[in-house]
Amino acid sequence: MLKTRIMPCLLLKDGALVKTVKFKNPGYIGDPINAIRIYNEKEVDELIFLDITATIENRPPPYKILSEIASECFMPVTYGGGVRDVEAIHQVLSLGIEKVAINSYAVENQDFVRVAADKYGSSTIVVSMDVRRKPFGKYEIFIRGGRKGAGLDPVEFAVKMEKMGAGEILLNSIDRDGTQEGYDIELIRSVTRAVGVPVIACGGVGKIEDFRDAVKDGGASACAAGSMVVYFGRNRAVLINFPERKKLESLLGE
Amino acid sequence: MIVIVDYGMGNLGSILNMLKKVGAPEAMASSNPRDIECADKLILPGVGAFDTGMQKLRETGLIGLLNEKILQAKTPTLGICLGMQLIGKISEEGELPGLGWIDAECVRFRFDAGKPPLKIPHMGWNTVKIQRQGTLFKDMYAEPRFYFVHSYHLVSHNPEDILSTTDYGYEFVSAIQRENIMATQFHPEKSHKFGMKLYKNFVEVA
Repeated sequence: MLKTRIMPCLLLKDGALVKTVKFKNPGYIGDPINAIRIYNEKEVDELIFLDITATIENRPPPYKILSEIASECFMPVTYGGGVRDVEAIHQVLSLGIEKVAINSYAVENQDFVRVAADKYGSSTIVVSMDVRRKPFGKYEIFIRGGRKGAGLDPVEFAVKMEKMGAGEILLNSIDRDGTQEGYDIELIRSVTRAVGVPVIACGGVGKIEDFRDAVKDGGASACAAGSMVVYFGRNRAVLINFPERKKLESLLGE
Repeated sequence: MIVIVDYGMGNLGSILNMLKKVGAPEAMASSNPRDIECADKLILPGVGAFDTGMQKLRETGLIGLLNEKILQAKTPTLGICLGMQLIGKISEEGELPGLGWIDAECVRFRFDAGKPPLKIPHMGWNTVKIQRQGTLFKDMYAEPRFYFVHSYHLVSHNPEDILSTTDYGYEFVSAIQRENIMATQFHPEKSHKFGMKLYKNFVEVA
């Protein structure tokens, strides 16, 4: 049977791995290649790499480090950050990376997602949304590393992106990022109810039971994890880790 | 020399990375007829739509040479994902005929009404039930699982060609082999030790 995908979501800044809390205070984790070697040993399902400053620094994707990453990854990889033209997608894919995530530019130029999906196929194009909870339970999409409100509702936007050809939605909660307080199930549920494409829950996972909640209660097809797979213990000591497969399978009823 | 047929469709980088990892002596991606002619093994990759794939393959002008290498010279050949679908005769996804190296056709996933429909594409890790070891599954690890991304799958008209099946709503053919022609619907280059073993088996076959 098809397994629920559990994937580390790793943040790149100046070629190093970092981890943020609520999109702020990026703390140094280490070298991405060392981390990949450990995740290879742990046989993780998939990896996501996001360059968190490419867009705000007006940079293209960091191809050199991505090429090193791709040559070490024997599992599927998604890359996001600074993807603003077809040429960038082409270059990322040619390195041996399977999927490209589009975030800020999907908001700024919605037609770009259609162009990208037409050219490279929906299963290659992920639309990534960073969402903040507003007063009175409403949600809003933020772009440019969470700095700028887009004035868009995540459910409506996800539906639109699915129509444009997005093959997956990476749904990230800014409020839960790095907190390890659990996923925002309400946000996840509202989006998964509205779209047919797989939704990857992201932001807030602190214990493995949170995966089950995102899948069973939220309807997520896959779960991304940040702090949980790069820190260990209450004092958040850096330790690249991943839950045991058997534990995950029994938890998720697989 | 292992040559990955470069017709502009598919993730050549990750296949080259994997071949290097399993210690393949020499490998390259090429669309040059001279390289294809010298190849002692071929890989036909592919991601994307059936007709686009056939169209691009035609544009390379390599089909005649490939037919010769594969059907007459019996060069061991591995098709991956769309590369598996293209070696059949036809596909529901397109109008163009396939390469027709094996007696099979490609259909879209179709699920019974009444049950909640499964998502298409079938994307992620799934288990593979080995029906016949063939070349690819020799000494494979227990409970093999592989990474899939596809909306169509091959239906084989020769049951003896089937190497493995996988369950997604129903059992479909996930790997086949007819003599020197092998193919997988999944992406072994993205499937950890299971994929490494499979590529190693392919690299080591005489």
